[in-house]
Amino acid sequence: MGGFDFSNHNRNAALHAQGVPLPKATSTGTTIVGCIYDGGVVIAADTRATSGPIVADKNCEKLHFISPQIWCAGAGTAADTEFTTALISSNLELHSLSTGRRPRVVTVMTMLKQHLYRYQGHIGAYLVVAGCDPTGAHLFTVHAHGSTDKLPYVTMGSGSLAAMSVFETQWQRGLDREGAVKLCADAIQAGIWNDLGSGSNVDVCVITQEKTTLMRNYITPNERSKKLRNYRFQRGTTAVLNEKVMTKEDITKYVTVHELEDDKETAVAEKMDVDR
Amino acid sequence: MIQPTGMLGEDGIHVDMDHLKKGEVNLGTSIMAINFKDGVILGADSRTTTGSYIANRVTDKLTQVHDTIWCCRSGSAADTQAVADIVQYHLGMYGVENDEAPTTQTAAALFQEICYENKDNLSAGMIIAGYDQRHGGQVYSIPLGGSLHKQTYAIGGSGSTYIYGFCDANWKEGMTEEEGIDFVKRSLQEAIKWDGSSGGVIRMVVLTAKGAQRHLYLPDNGYTGPGYK
Repeated sequence: MGGFDFSNHNRNAALHAQGVPLPKATSTGTTIVGCIYDGGVVIAADTRATSGPIVADKNCEKLHFISPQIWCAGAGTAADTEFTTALISSNLELHSLSTGRRPRVVTVMTMLKQHLYRYQGHIGAYLVVAGCDPTGAHLFTVHAHGSTDKLPYVTMGSGSLAAMSVFETQWQRGLDREGAVKLCADAIQAGIWNDLGSGSNVDVCVITQEKTTLMRNYITPNERSKKLRNYRFQRGTTAVLNEKVMTKEDITKYVTVHELEDDKETAVAEKMDVDR
Repeated sequence: MIQPTGMLGEDGIHVDMDHLKKGEVNLGTSIMAINFKDGVILGADSRTTTGSYIANRVTDKLTQVHDTIWCCRSGSAADTQAVADIVQYHLGMYGVENDEAPTTQTAAALFQEICYENKDNLSAGMIIAGYDQRHGGQVYSIPLGGSLHKQTYAIGGSGSTYIYGFCDANWKEGMTEEEGIDFVKRSLQEAIKWDGSSGGVIRMVVLTAKGAQRHLYLPDNGYTGPGYK
């Protein structure tokens, strides 16, 4: 049997009472939104992950795959949103294989709410579930305690108030695809600019009966600009106080020496992985 | 969820139920159900809150658990949804296995079983109302402890405290459908007016021998009708 182990709870509570700080979980202090339109559904998210006051990741992915036509936006504890969506996605595929039918959004919503309710809010996953199935386009919110709502437009996370203000002033009946994408992107931007927990880029996912389009970094309003000046010092800035020449034979006693092919090349021991 | 002050006191670990469910979605609610001449009417406001934020302003707190057995939910949204889902499952099975629709009393007893046995872990105040051929319309109330009360009419949720006097003064036995709807609407209007945790639209369900019929009243023109048109 899997599940949580609470055997350290009393010890941790005692340590905490003595002033030992709790470990910080990376939370996606987040703005996530969703909106139904005639013929499909759109969900969107910002891309900032925070750990306390620190921005842990400037371009994380908060749009999670459930099935080809069902996607999920997650707020709350990053690890919890990641693992719950992965678990439900896995179980849903088995369910779909067993029934021989395309999965339904209500099924996902029910599996999520029953899983989260069992853990009484200890799994900090706040989700927006959206997708298309044989019964149409659907949009739900699922709270960590296991309650669900069904609405034409929804927002969640710390930026939900900023995002909802956009929906409540700009949403109208009978939106088309472009209108819904624009509205969702604007709502996320309201979160990015006005909520400290949200920031960086806008991710959007559009789901119709025909296909799913994931638009990663649909809007990137926070690109890092080129620095106007650099900190490289000119050659000769540091004064040479004395000079001692060492021969290759001398130094071989202490280290291994490799001959370089080109004199201008610098030796690379191990290349570091850097984003882009 | 663990408070910054810690939970270990000198005399043991304190578990505060109010803190235990911090950040939970609540149905600070006004709900009611009444008997009338031809059946029952359920009514509810549509506000759900997380602290001071309105998480949903058009919530549906009237939940169907069988063809003509419905319930009004108040308390924790997660708890009441979970309970209603379980009851809906059991009544569905009952209907298929016995080839006969369950009675309202059966449904109410099921609700009570769950609410009583899990009283330490639940904050769910429910009103069950239904119509069956044998007993006609019936209203049951299950408050927090898990007791079951058969009533002619029942009110519940945080907003109900404001309308005990109103309901008592205006209640009439054997009202017509029109009178019943007016009674529910005027009561909920008053509850919404005084209770900050209640608001939004007024939803109703009328249960008679003819089945279930939904009503919606928007606040735009003093809850006079459904929408602008």
